[in-house]
Amino acid sequence: MMRLLLGLCIALFAAAVPAQDMAPDVLIKKISDEVIEIIKQDKDIRAGNQKKINELVDAKVLPHFNFSHMTALAVGRNWPKANAEQQKMLTSEFRNLLVRTYSSALTTYKNQVIELKPLRAAAGDTDVMVRTQVKQPGTEPVSIDYSMEKTPAGWKVYDVVVGGVSLVTNYRETFNAEIRDGGVDGLIKSLARKNSSLETQAGSKPK
Amino acid sequence: MLRRFLGVLSLAALIGLGGCATTGGTPGDPLEGYNRAMFGFNDGLDKVVFKPLATGYKTVLPQFARTGVTNFFSNLGDIWIGINNILQGKVEAGAGDFVRFLVNSTVGVVGLFDVASNTGLEKHNEDLGQTLGRWGMGSGAYVVLPILGPSNVRDGLSLLFVDWRGYPVWYINDVSVRNSLIAVRFIDARANLLDVSDLAEEAALDHYAYIRDAFIQRRRSLIYDGEPPREPDPDKASEAGASKDAVARSETELPPARIITQRGERVITAGDGERTPAQEFSGAPAQPVAAGPEAADAAGAVYEPRVPANYGALLTVSGEVRTGLAQTSPRP
Repeated sequence: MMRLLLGLCIALFAAAVPAQDMAPDVLIKKISDEVIEIIKQDKDIRAGNQKKINELVDAKVLPHFNFSHMTALAVGRNWPKANAEQQKMLTSEFRNLLVRTYSSALTTYKNQVIELKPLRAAAGDTDVMVRTQVKQPGTEPVSIDYSMEKTPAGWKVYDVVVGGVSLVTNYRETFNAEIRDGGVDGLIKSLARKNSSLETQAGSKPK
Repeated sequence: MLRRFLGVLSLAALIGLGGCATTGGTPGDPLEGYNRAMFGFNDGLDKVVFKPLATGYKTVLPQFARTGVTNFFSNLGDIWIGINNILQGKVEAGAGDFVRFLVNSTVGVVGLFDVASNTGLEKHNEDLGQTLGRWGMGSGAYVVLPILGPSNVRDGLSLLFVDWRGYPVWYINDVSVRNSLIAVRFIDARANLLDVSDLAEEAALDHYAYIRDAFIQRRRSLIYDGEPPREPDPDKASEAGASKDAVARSETELPPARIITQRGERVITAGDGERTPAQEFSGAPAQPVAAGPEAADAAGAVYEPRVPANYGALLTVSGEVRTGLAQTSPRP
């Protein structure tokens, strides 16, 4: 009974801290735990129900990402060459691509354990890297690191690095080449084409 | 025979590349012409042979059996991993690898069960290429090897001439047993990558470039055991950023981390021309960007051997980019 009460207190306390005030590593832990809990309980998601996956990602994950910063990071030195309208379109297409491809990875979850490494940050830092390790018996642990920045709306992720590979800057060379060949509009077109081809694929797959 | 065949093919690939060195358009990938062709060949072979085999293997064998196979081959690799850890000065990690091998070979039934991981002895990822990288050797150009896939000159030569000697299966006298084991290991490894390879293909605009850039990032991260240096101070980052542009990614070499002295402060830097993207766009508000002689001095003291003639111009461009970014960066 005591334990239950204590548990309730903790739960209430945790709920009372809004995401804006949460430390970056606490936030990552909370999101991961929530998402994993939902995946564990939802057979449809594990079976690849795209609609449910999208709902989960929209509600739990995406609010904590800063996609315009991510896009600027991926585009790199060409970013200032794009005008405001182009930057908006780039961000929207890149966001679609990332969300579409990586949210399906959630279905491959198999009882891995996510561990947080101690956060190395000073009190006033506004830009930190939250390091986590995904452990699975039989294979070496895979690191997933989140670069996060402090905004008035709380900490936001602007880069995800899996096993040392940034899912964001890995696009930079490709984006540079696209912009070199077809300008910023060329890149927007390529991204849009990629997204629509993924859409047709998804439509033809019985999921 | 199998190994010799692969060796000859790959060696030919590594050595005979001078002829196509000019075909690539991407700085940092001088062999792009050859690489793309070989990537296409490997990809075709994979689609027709390896991927179907791996998919079948995955369908036929239940998860626990596949985990056993993966563990068995992984265990045999721990000896060589341990040797490399020790060569890199990580004696404790190396000793851990040997203990892993002993524990898993006995308690873990010839390595079928990875009991060592459960006792807190973590599996590591090391090879000679990483050891050489740790010692300061550059990677050389990115090279796609036949069948074996993405590599670079340093890692490719290490793999073909040395790494396999550290893998016990190659010492089995019965050739057919040996080759069968190698084949099973290959297919098992491919099966473990099915999800990832599908994902990469979906995520990429340009499959070849996506795999190449991921490989380069991954190897760099492995050399630093997952913690490549990151500069927290955006002001200092601007100087290092200039040097990154300055070398224009003309090489994919990854010199080791080093501690240098800049303006009297100790700063840990990544290798020449290597910075984490986080540093580059760490989103500081427009600050007076160090440019001109001062920055050139500070950076030049470290990067001198590779500073090109248009260094000053590049510094300016880099400064503009930073300022532009600070303005356009989505921070309210």
